[in-house]
Order: sequence, then structure tokens, then C-alpha cells
Amino acid sequence: MRTILFLLQKEFLQVFRNKTMLPIIFVVPIVQLLILVNAATFEIKNVNLAIVDHDHSSLSRSLISHFEGSPLYTIVPVEQSMEHAVESINANSSDAALIIPSKFEFDTQNGDNPSIQLLINSINGAAAGLINGYSMGIISNFIMNELSISHPVGMKPSTINVVPRYWFNPELKYSHFMVPGILVILVTIIGMFLTAINLVREKEMGTMEQINVTPIKKYQFILGKLIPFWIIGLVELGFGLFIGWLIFRIPIEGNLLLLFGFAAIYLLMALGVGLFLSATATSQQQVMFMAFFFMIVFILMSGIFTPAESMPQWAQTFNKINPLYYFMKVIRMVLLKGAGLKDIVPYIFAISALALGSITLAIVKFKKTI
Amino acid sequence: MKSRFAHFAKKEFLHIFRDTRTLIIIFGIPIVQLLMFGYVITNEIKDVKVGIYDPAGDYLSQELITKLTSSGYFIPELIITSEKAIEPALKSGRIKMVISISPQFAQKFYKDGVASIQLITDATEPNTASLLTNYASAIINEFASDKGIGSQSTIPFEVRVRMLFNQDLKAVFMFVPGTMALILMLITAMMTSISIAREKELGTMEVLLVSPLKPVQIILGKVFPYIGLAFANSIIILLLGYTVFGLPIRGSLILLLAVCFLFILLALSLGILISTVVKTQQIAMFFSMIALMLPTILLSGFVFPIESMPKVLQWFSVIIPPRWFIAALKTIMLKGEGIALVWKEMLIMISMSLFFILVSIKKFKERLG
Repeated sequence: MRTILFLLQKEFLQVFRNKTMLPIIFVVPIVQLLILVNAATFEIKNVNLAIVDHDHSSLSRSLISHFEGSPLYTIVPVEQSMEHAVESINANSSDAALIIPSKFEFDTQNGDNPSIQLLINSINGAAAGLINGYSMGIISNFIMNELSISHPVGMKPSTINVVPRYWFNPELKYSHFMVPGILVILVTIIGMFLTAINLVREKEMGTMEQINVTPIKKYQFILGKLIPFWIIGLVELGFGLFIGWLIFRIPIEGNLLLLFGFAAIYLLMALGVGLFLSATATSQQQVMFMAFFFMIVFILMSGIFTPAESMPQWAQTFNKINPLYYFMKVIRMVLLKGAGLKDIVPYIFAISALALGSITLAIVKFKKTI
Repeated sequence: MKSRFAHFAKKEFLHIFRDTRTLIIIFGIPIVQLLMFGYVITNEIKDVKVGIYDPAGDYLSQELITKLTSSGYFIPELIITSEKAIEPALKSGRIKMVISISPQFAQKFYKDGVASIQLITDATEPNTASLLTNYASAIINEFASDKGIGSQSTIPFEVRVRMLFNQDLKAVFMFVPGTMALILMLITAMMTSISIAREKELGTMEVLLVSPLKPVQIILGKVFPYIGLAFANSIIILLLGYTVFGLPIRGSLILLLAVCFLFILLALSLGILISTVVKTQQIAMFFSMIALMLPTILLSGFVFPIESMPKVLQWFSVIIPPRWFIAALKTIMLKGEGIALVWKEMLIMISMSLFFILVSIKKFKERLG
């Protein structure tokens, strides 16, 4: 026990003495939260629209003013021809173009069903879909306001009034969704990546051999390596949570103790994977590549950007062994919905099983290699 | 002289090719990433589990529920019998939305002319929540105009929507150029900076410096193999995008490859700059991670549109090299435009490379002096 304590002291000293480690541990989360949360948004805040009006009637002007009136649209001046409109989309100066044909007002009033064209740059498919939706909304508003058909008395159509209710995040703040996700990544980087790098460094430098010939037992050495990162990971989670609360006002509805309890088990899993990686790799460069590869796959599959439920079946099956998937679920449930112990029991079982698995695997591999 | 350099470059090649694990990953990452972006990362709404709270229970509400659940968007996972049961159901995460129909639905619809429905969504995922609400509202409105009397209004004109460049709104169109930028950055900038830092850390750099090889030759020999690797990789990505995802290459292939080559040079010069500044592999790694990977993923317009970001980040994105590369790629590949619309991006990439090379030469001399 005393040996482990000395080792712990040495590891902590090493971390705190290292001029780059410390900023990495404390500055990275702030930078990540600030940039990621602000940058990672699928919202559309501005649509540059080029309008070509071949009609110049009061009706076409009224349609244009409906677009001008929306805060979402910025009207880009273009020369009045279809070619120029397409060109301006090609040059990225506008996102979409609206082409109003000549005789638009005349044909509309005579029931000749003219057609207006909406061209959208759809390289970013998701954004194009949204722009289409917004534009159609404005056009149907225009129809309601300017061209509504008067109904005969007593024939007023029945309607269904749809009332949307957004629970747990009534203002639909994207940051409330992203901050917990980024915290998961942070904790994973510390637990998995830093641990592996740290261990392989000893191997690469040859200091691992030196320790092997000292009276320090192997399990003491490993514990001495893992415990500091376990603690740093938990501290990092608390620190990130504090920043998230301070800057983004993310709600903390549930029990923090529950969250940290889950994170503690999760970190055991991550440490196991880190240990495994370090036993497999021979150089820091290798570890970095392996960790990078696994992290990308696991992070993207975990549902950090898009809901895991709408992924194809094989991806959902894969997610059963994806620890990030469970942590992503639990941290959002606890922080935003205030989920209690009984809501997350299945996830606790799953992550414990994974932790057990990864540690066993790491120990087997570690014994074999040395 | 020349053969000395050739030998050195050969040694570096061997170094890389002997490390099969890294090699597998270098070629595995783009393939896996493209497959993931192509198939996994979708904002599509399909078979979402919903709860149904229907205290009305009349023929009209039943018909509406059938219409909603047969749309392919929603699956009725849970029948909720009391208002109190809504909250725990959403909290447990089993369902994403509750469709709550008001009592006496049919009667209100036909007699009073207006009935109401609440769509309660789990807004912890805000985009999904608003998509779900939009989809369900559209179906409900259509239902109302089908069932209502005298609501056969015709739209007085038609709107023809044309999606330019990407008719089926495929997400891959966004991700292939981004993945290329990411991979090229990873291989060239990150690998070179780490491998040079490694020589420094292990002390072998000093050995190399006292050898008859000139410092320029050492650096060139180091980066040479990575140029080949990066170029091979970008061709694989293009082929994969073309064959598996039907991504078109509408513009000139030569221009496209030239832009790739420019970006590889840019990334290399960045990698060299990093390696002249840092002392250990760990720092080189973190430096590349934070200064290269994150901005490449986040601020280059790879996943998230730059136009939606706050102004400060938009300004910041101007100095992110991949931003210009991705913009040029999209213009050439997807829009099929020529040099007239990409010369600006190419010029920016060239001047950035020159700048990085000049700074690293200065740093390198300082260190020697």
C-alpha cells in the first residue's frame, strides 16, 4: 500500500510539474466547450436569397416583401436574370434564388396557375431541407394573407389546433444538448488517451524496464498509473460541468452524485481500454492513431450529433458495446431530465459489464506482453 | 549527394511501411469514416418511438392515430392512460414524443370547428424535437383538411423547387470533402510533426544533424514519404465517394488533384512548423490535436455550416487552412466550376504555405544558432 502511495505521489508530481500537461487538462475543456458549443450548430440563422422578379406587379412585390420581412432572409441584389441568380449561387454569394415569372399577377388572378421557381444550393443537404421548409412557410403565409379564398357562410373549415410542447428544454437551446456530449468526450480523452500515452511513453523511453527490475510489483505500478487519471478524469468532469453551468447555464436537474457515480464506473472502463491500447502499441504515435481511430468511431456512433435511435439497425446493435453511447444517454438524462437511479439502472449494469470486460482484457494482454 | 538523400528517404519509407498497425489505420480511417457519414449520421426521422395519450378514444382520434403511425415516421411504443404517466415515460427515454389528444375530439372538431392536440417532445435533442413536431403537424394538418368540410382550397400558383448540385440531399456531399481535409491533415501535418519530434525526443536528431546530410535534406526526406501516402489516400477517398456514394466529379480532375496537392504541401509546411517549435511527441500530438484536428472538424465548414456560427468564429475560420481547401473542393467537384471560381482559394493556400515555411526556416536557424 505504501509503495502505491509513493507511486501516486510521483505521478501527480510529474503531471503538475509538466508545463504542458496542466494547461491541457484545464484549458482544453474551456476552449472545447466555448468553440464546440458555438460552432456545432445545425441551426440556420441567415439565408442569403437572390430574387429575380420578371413581373414587377404589386402581387410580386408583396411576395418579395414577405421574404424581406422575415429576419431569417437577407435579400442579395442580383441582376434580373435567371443566369445571374444561378451564378450568384455558384459563387456562394447566395444560398437560394426565387424566380418570379412575368405575368405572375395576371395569371394568378385568372386562375392560370403560374409557377414560381425556388433554386436552393443543396450541397449541404440538411440546410437545404430547412431552407426549403422555411421558404414554403413564408409562401403559404403569403397565400393566406394576400390570396385567401373567401368561404361561403357556414362553411368555415374545421381545424385541428396543434400545440407543441418542448419539455426539458423549452427554448430548444442547442447548447443544452451539446455541453453534456462534450463532457463525455473530455472524460474519455483523459481516461483512455492520456493513460495510454503515459504508459507507452515509459515503454518507449525504456523506463518501463527500469521499473520492472525494482521491487515494485506490476499491479502496484499499474495502479499507480491508473489512479491519478481516474481522479483527474472525475475532477475534469466537475470542472467542465462548472464551466458549462457558468457560461451556458446548462440545467442540473438530477442528482450530481448519481452522475459522478456513473462516471466513476465509466472511467474504469476507459482506463481498461487505455491500458489495453498501451499494451498493444509500441510507440506513442501508434497509440495516438489507434485511439484517434476508435474515438472517432465511438463518438460518432454514440449519438453526440444525431440521435442514436434513427441509426440503422446494425449501428444500434453495435452501440450495445459502445460505452460512449451509454454515458451520452445517462449524462443527458440526469442533467436535463432529472432522471433518477431507477431510470438509469439498465445503463449502470451495461457500463459495469463493459468495465469488467475491458479491465479483464487489458490484464490478460498486459501479462502476455511483459 | 543525391544518392545519400535517396537512401535517407528510403529509410523513412521503410520506417512507415514496417509499422503495419499505423498503416492500416491510416487507410482504415477514411473508409470507416465515409461509411459512417454515409450511413450512420443521418438527421432522418424514421420509426421514432412515440407514446399515445388518447382520452377521447373516438373514431376520429383513432383514425388520426392510425394515420400518424402508418406514416413510417412514428411507431406507437406506449399507450399512456393518464396525464401523470406522461412525464415518467419521457424521462425514462423510452419514447421521444407523446401525442396527446384532447377529450371529445370528434365532437369538438365537427361541432365547434376546432379541436386541439398537444405534441409533447423530449427536447433534450432540440433538432429532433423540432423535426418531430414539424412532421407530425404536417400530417395532422393534412388530416384536418381531408376530414373538414369545405376546406378544399386550391393553391393559386405552384412553387417549383429545384435543389442544385445535390438533388437527393445526400449528406455524403458534405462529408467527402471534409473527410479528405481531415485525413490529409492527419497524415501530413500530424504524422510529420510527430515523427520529427520523435527524432528530437530520442536524441537521434542530433545524430542526423552531424551527419553529412543538410538540414533541408533531412526535413525533405522526412516529409517525402508522407506526400505519397497522403496523395494515395486522397485518391482512395475520391474513388470510394464516386463508386459507393455516387458522388460526382463534375469539374476538371486535374484541377482537383492540383488543389489536393496544394493542400498537402500546406499541411506539410504546418507540420514542419509545429515540429520546429515543440520538443516532445506528446506536445506535438496535443498541439496537432488542438490546433489542427479540432478546427479542421469544427471550423472549416466540414460538419457545421460556417454561416451559422457566431461572427467571432466566422472571422476565426478565415485562418483555418482546410476551410479554403474544402470550399475549393466543393466548387470543383460538386458545382463543376473551373479555375475562375477557385483561384482565390488556391492563392490563399499558396501564401499560407509560404508563410509557414518561412517561419519554420527562421525558427530552425534560431535553434541551430
